[in-house]
Amino acid sequence: MIELSQVVKTYQAGLATPFTAVDRVTLSIPAARLTVLKGPSGSGKTTLLTLIGCMARPTSGRIHLHGLAGDALPHLAPAEALEITSLPERFLTAIRRRTFGFIFQQFNLVRGISVLENVLLPTYPTGEDHRAVEARAMARLESLGLARHLRSSVDRLSGGEAQRVAIARALINDPAVIIADEPTAHLDSRLSEDFMGLMSEFKDAGKTLLITSHDPIVYDSSLADLVVEMRDGRVVSGT
Amino acid sequence: MRPPLQRYRNILDFALSSLLRRKGRNLALISVYTLVVFVIASLVFFVQALKREAHELLAQAPDMVVQRMVAGRHDPVPLAQVEAIRSIRGVDGVQARLWGYYYDPVFGGNLTVLATEDPALAPDAIWIGQGVARSMRVREGDLIPLRGYDGQSTLFSIQKVLPESSELVSSDLVLMAPKDVRALFHFPEGLATDLAIQAGNPRELPTIATKIVELYPDSRPILKSEILRTYEAVFDWRGGLMVVVLGSAVLSFIIFAWDKATGLSAEERKEIGVLKSLGWESSDVLLLKFWEGTVISVTAFLSGVLLAYAHVFFFSASLFEHALKGWSVLFPRFRLIPALDGYQLTVLFFLTVLPYTAATLVPSWRAATVDPDAAMRS
Ligand SMILES: Nc1ncnc2c1ncn2[C@@H]1O[C@H](COP(=O)(O)OP(=O)(O)OP(=O)(O)O)[C@@H](O)[C@H]1O
Ligand SMILES: [Mg+2]
Repeated sequence: MIELSQVVKTYQAGLATPFTAVDRVTLSIPAARLTVLKGPSGSGKTTLLTLIGCMARPTSGRIHLHGLAGDALPHLAPAEALEITSLPERFLTAIRRRTFGFIFQQFNLVRGISVLENVLLPTYPTGEDHRAVEARAMARLESLGLARHLRSSVDRLSGGEAQRVAIARALINDPAVIIADEPTAHLDSRLSEDFMGLMSEFKDAGKTLLITSHDPIVYDSSLADLVVEMRDGRVVSGT
Repeated sequence: MRPPLQRYRNILDFALSSLLRRKGRNLALISVYTLVVFVIASLVFFVQALKREAHELLAQAPDMVVQRMVAGRHDPVPLAQVEAIRSIRGVDGVQARLWGYYYDPVFGGNLTVLATEDPALAPDAIWIGQGVARSMRVREGDLIPLRGYDGQSTLFSIQKVLPESSELVSSDLVLMAPKDVRALFHFPEGLATDLAIQAGNPRELPTIATKIVELYPDSRPILKSEILRTYEAVFDWRGGLMVVVLGSAVLSFIIFAWDKATGLSAEERKEIGVLKSLGWESSDVLLLKFWEGTVISVTAFLSGVLLAYAHVFFFSASLFEHALKGWSVLFPRFRLIPALDGYQLTVLFFLTVLPYTAATLVPSWRAATVDPDAAMRS
């Protein structure tokens, strides 16, 4: 479970034009469930994801991970509650790497290198054996129907293919939580349905899923266990 | 803890493929970089090689040379002085030297003709230096005519070409029997060109010089230490010029590196953000940039140094020979003896690789320490 209490994110705090993108959000995201964040553009969904995913620190408030940090911080027992907002940068990176898998809105693939290399990127700093992770990556890409494209450059992929590469990359370190920001924004409805099919597999595998979306295919899906609606940085329904 | 070695390898692998995808840009970068290293390394090698040659030249020179002056000009010395000088206290040996310059109108250069008493020299034969052999296009066993003072040519057979120990020393030498030297130049019997003097204790040389002048007021003793000073003055002056050239090369290189490196493109910036969001630490990103910079700078350094080595030692520094060497006419194809000096290479390495590496790391460090959420927006 991920627990947020009174989380605030103010951009340009202390400057002439401070802007509060996330305002006193208190929220529980259940483990092994699919949670959807919806709301109009600019309501603070992406910002909230970056706070939960340890990519930025909240201005105030607390975020607890319950039993999700896995082996990211070996000195903690897995079941313990971990308060992430006060952790040093080094630990945040370890959590980002082990606990969360990100699927970005623009996929954020690194151009000019192959599909396989893109998927391997999160494993380089772990110092894991290259051959073992490569086998894992190839198996994952094959199961996503990308076997033919292992060595192709990512620049030439179609939108749906690029997204599946991004999914394979998010899964390579076997994270407990998958975070996806507007995953269906660039897909037609068939590909969006395919994406939801994959999410259902991951949910069955026990992953915690957190997705932001404008798309009714996502938030009206029967897979969604919890739909949280945001407006102007505040949660208006769903807790 | 994570196994560090594998991490270095993984990130190095990625750095290499990362460099390959910007092939054009990185090749251009390496070329400019190589050129800079090439120019600097050529200058350093060249001056160093000249110094070494001069050093060798001096090592073979006598402690003191005594000339006779007539009306302010160098004139032959009577052989009678040899015994008188030998009897001065502290003098170990006196040799009367017989030598002169011979201008060869065909290849337009000067040769140094020196008399030798070496019993191995056959009658009517000469020994010549490598430079002479090259410019006259002759070999052992060939006959060459030398034009005497009266315009008559005399044929000499080449018995030996002197080995190439130091070209500055022996390149333009022609060794022949004393009687042949006298005949060629119409040099009177009983006179020598100058006297070479050895002292048992070099510290007594100034005293000996004073005594020689007392004995023969028209003589001019020249100490080896004075020659050394002259050489050093010349090299220092040239060295000073080099420092200016070298300094401006390094400076322009730093500006170039700084300009290149600080212009971290928007795409690179975004990539750093993506890597961080995927769980790379700032130190991982820095390691990546460090590898990239190292691959580029070490490649450029090695190729620049190799090119400079070939340029200086195989092509006689042809690109700036005329600017730096006064004697290029004397030695039409002067060749320096190859040598490498670890100290020089280290200095060169630090002058070229360090500024570049620093210049690439600083902006990467700035980009690597920002929050990764910046990568989420573009
Ligand atoms: N670095 C920043 N500095 C200032 N304001 C920012 C910054 N990042 C985001 N914002 C503002 O915070 C607000 C919330 O942005 P956010 O990206 O979280 O919205 P969103 O709900 O994801 O919108 P969308 O559905 O369009 O993706 C926006 O008004 C945005 O302009
Ligand atoms: Mg958004």
